[in-house]
Amino acid sequence: MDIQPILKALRHQKTAALLIAFEIALACAIICNATFLIVSRMERSQMLSGVAESELLRIRAASLDDGEDKMARIREDIAGLRSIPGVVSVTTTQQVPFGQSSWNSGVRTAPDQKNVVVNATTYYDGGDMLSTFGLKLVAGRDFSPDEYYDFDDVASGAVTPSSIIISQTLANRLWPGEPPLNKPIYMGSSDPLRVIGVVETLVRPSIWDDSTAHDCMIFPTRGAPGTQYVLRAQGADLDGVIKSATAKLKALQPNRIVRGAETFTQLREDYFRQDRVMAVLLMTVIVALLVVTALGIVGLASFWVQRRQRHIGIRRALGATRGNILRYFQLENFLIVSSGILFGMFAAYGINAWLMQHYELPRLPLFYLPMGAAALWLLGQLSVLYPALRATRVPPATASRRA
Amino acid sequence: MFRYYAWLAVRGLKRNPGLTALMVLAIGIGIGASVTTLTVLQVLSGDPLPGKSDTLFYPQIDPQDSLGYQPGEEPPDVISYLDAKNLLDARRADRQAVMTGGGAAVIPDKAGVDPYLLDLRYTSADFFAMFEVPFLHGSGWTGADDEAHARVVVISRRLNDKLFDGGNSVGRTLRLNNQDFRIVGVIDEWRPNPHFYDLNTGNYSDSEEAFIPLETAIQLEMGRNGTMNCFGEERLTPQQQLTSGSCMWLQYWVELDSAEKHKDYLNFLTSYSEEQRRLGRFERPANVRLRSLMQWLDYQKVVPEDVRLQSWTALGFLVVCIVNTVGLMLAKFLRRSNEVAVRRALGAPRTSIFFQFLLEAGVVGAAGALLGLVLSLAGLAAVRMQPVDYAELAHLNGLMFCAAVLMAVIASLVAGLLPAWQACRVPPALQLKSE
Repeated sequence: MDIQPILKALRHQKTAALLIAFEIALACAIICNATFLIVSRMERSQMLSGVAESELLRIRAASLDDGEDKMARIREDIAGLRSIPGVVSVTTTQQVPFGQSSWNSGVRTAPDQKNVVVNATTYYDGGDMLSTFGLKLVAGRDFSPDEYYDFDDVASGAVTPSSIIISQTLANRLWPGEPPLNKPIYMGSSDPLRVIGVVETLVRPSIWDDSTAHDCMIFPTRGAPGTQYVLRAQGADLDGVIKSATAKLKALQPNRIVRGAETFTQLREDYFRQDRVMAVLLMTVIVALLVVTALGIVGLASFWVQRRQRHIGIRRALGATRGNILRYFQLENFLIVSSGILFGMFAAYGINAWLMQHYELPRLPLFYLPMGAAALWLLGQLSVLYPALRATRVPPATASRRA
Repeated sequence: MFRYYAWLAVRGLKRNPGLTALMVLAIGIGIGASVTTLTVLQVLSGDPLPGKSDTLFYPQIDPQDSLGYQPGEEPPDVISYLDAKNLLDARRADRQAVMTGGGAAVIPDKAGVDPYLLDLRYTSADFFAMFEVPFLHGSGWTGADDEAHARVVVISRRLNDKLFDGGNSVGRTLRLNNQDFRIVGVIDEWRPNPHFYDLNTGNYSDSEEAFIPLETAIQLEMGRNGTMNCFGEERLTPQQQLTSGSCMWLQYWVELDSAEKHKDYLNFLTSYSEEQRRLGRFERPANVRLRSLMQWLDYQKVVPEDVRLQSWTALGFLVVCIVNTVGLMLAKFLRRSNEVAVRRALGAPRTSIFFQFLLEAGVVGAAGALLGLVLSLAGLAAVRMQPVDYAELAHLNGLMFCAAVLMAVIASLVAGLLPAWQACRVPPALQLKSE
């Protein structure tokens, strides 16, 4: 079909065509960036934790920190929790993946180093943490039973920690390309900690920068302030285990307050809630934008069809088939939408550049542009279909007689 | 004449109900989305203490050792107990308060209420006067109570309702972590937004349910909330960390009533840092800040970036809606070319045609404003259902109400300009002939 007559006809309705093109350009720019934001948020909420989330739950009990017999009570609690049907393993720790509070420390690789290499999070393994969490060792070994010590003894200076397990990402950051086993790490003091094991992945609580989300250290430390229990249950209903575990802790010490128990699935959901809210909101905007744009095209195209009834009628009388008329309007829409998309792509990049500057977003990957273009072409064709079909029904004779 | 045009405009709208509905819908949705997100943004970036906020300042000093020192770095956000104590004792500001968040188990006397965990604030005597905390009964405690590590507590109205059925509980006892505290005051409804004085415990969280002297909390080893950063090689037990000079964990606020006092206090902070350095405690060059409350909120990026991003998205969406309306109005107005031609031929000047169509656009805007308001009420209700700490603050206020109506009418008038101009240029004679 010849494009020439379409372009000529378009010249008579410049304003309306330009408006549609402008609307398409804006929609293209917004949709590309919004989709990119949604995808990044969704990817973020899928962040690897390294732990067996579907089998884990944690319980925090309030009076855990006080009293002289703290360590004895923890041992008693662990034994009690282990006896619950379905529970295969129990550990204590002072923070959990996707939790809100975290312990962190600057790490150096030489005692005289002036600047910290990286700020890593500190997990305190109160025993069996690797097996309970389901962490995978990729080098070295787990802590041996004689390596565990009590937090209070470290704080008072009676014990000096010497072994540590770290995550693979932290190892790569500290010693790129080198085997990390037996390498020294320095924290506050000049006493070295030796790396005895490396776990594949483990995520930190309260992530403030996604690029350091997996920089973790594990110490064989029991009874730190904020100690909580992590239970691994297999083949059991986790909500049921939560109920029995809460009841068990209350039975062991009646006047304590169980601050809450949740599954790790719940922890992940809570942690990324804001990201999901944002994704849903942006999706709503995209849908609303597509609907508004489509309705605009339908409205304007219907108007054109009505205005050009005589023109259509004459063409039909001169032998144009219904298919010719339909394709005429579709091609016209394709041309208008294409010019809109062309400008939209530049605008999309402009908006992205602005977002990168103000909201520290990454660059928009190029493939979002053809995808956005395809979506808008499809939208244009679908919206123009109804008015164009109405145009094909203009009877040749009446149209030429009328007006 | 205006009434005639208005009558014509309403009639005109009725002529193509489909197109009119589309335009109203487009303006309405655009306004609804923008007003919802802008209301949230406006609520979140508000001043928690209007009229008082520019006399409140947040001093920052850098007491750290030379390890990891990088020139030009911001000083830490919190200060150590030792420095807080020194600054408090110097009494260089009109008022000063040190504080942190905490928690304790409350063991109620009341039958049928189980022990539960309560959010507390550990602070010093000036807190209440400085932040203009409204009291229902009694008052805050005194500086003497701070020094004596007194077992006194100020409770919130909500806690008072819960434990004492809303009566005057001043003089009665509240049991926290197996210790008895004497109630000296009951605070009336008080929820500053943002939760400016301590951003560690949630930017828009509710204020705490009970307040006790910091010294008492330290002495009783009560649990605390928030960040703690330690430096130096010395190993400290958790209790030693609380009172050391190398663990930073306290928020510190001062009230300074004039610009001159601000300058003096800034000098005081610098000379304090230099003095501590001479004494061998601080190892870094003096690095101090004295931000006002609003500057502090800005520096701490209190308003979530997502909220700003949402507002931009909604405004972009509004622009698309307006462009869409321009197109639809164009279609609608040009469809009535015949009518225009007749009226022009009968002597109507272009300006009357132009204003008649613009008035019609205004009517669309008014209808769009109405729909937009309904949609933003629905949008804000949806925001309130979100599990975020600012959820319950999202309400439409008078300012945004007016802004919404104004935005809708202006948007539709802008959208009507081009179509109205095109319509009034329809030549009279030609159309008449072709009829």
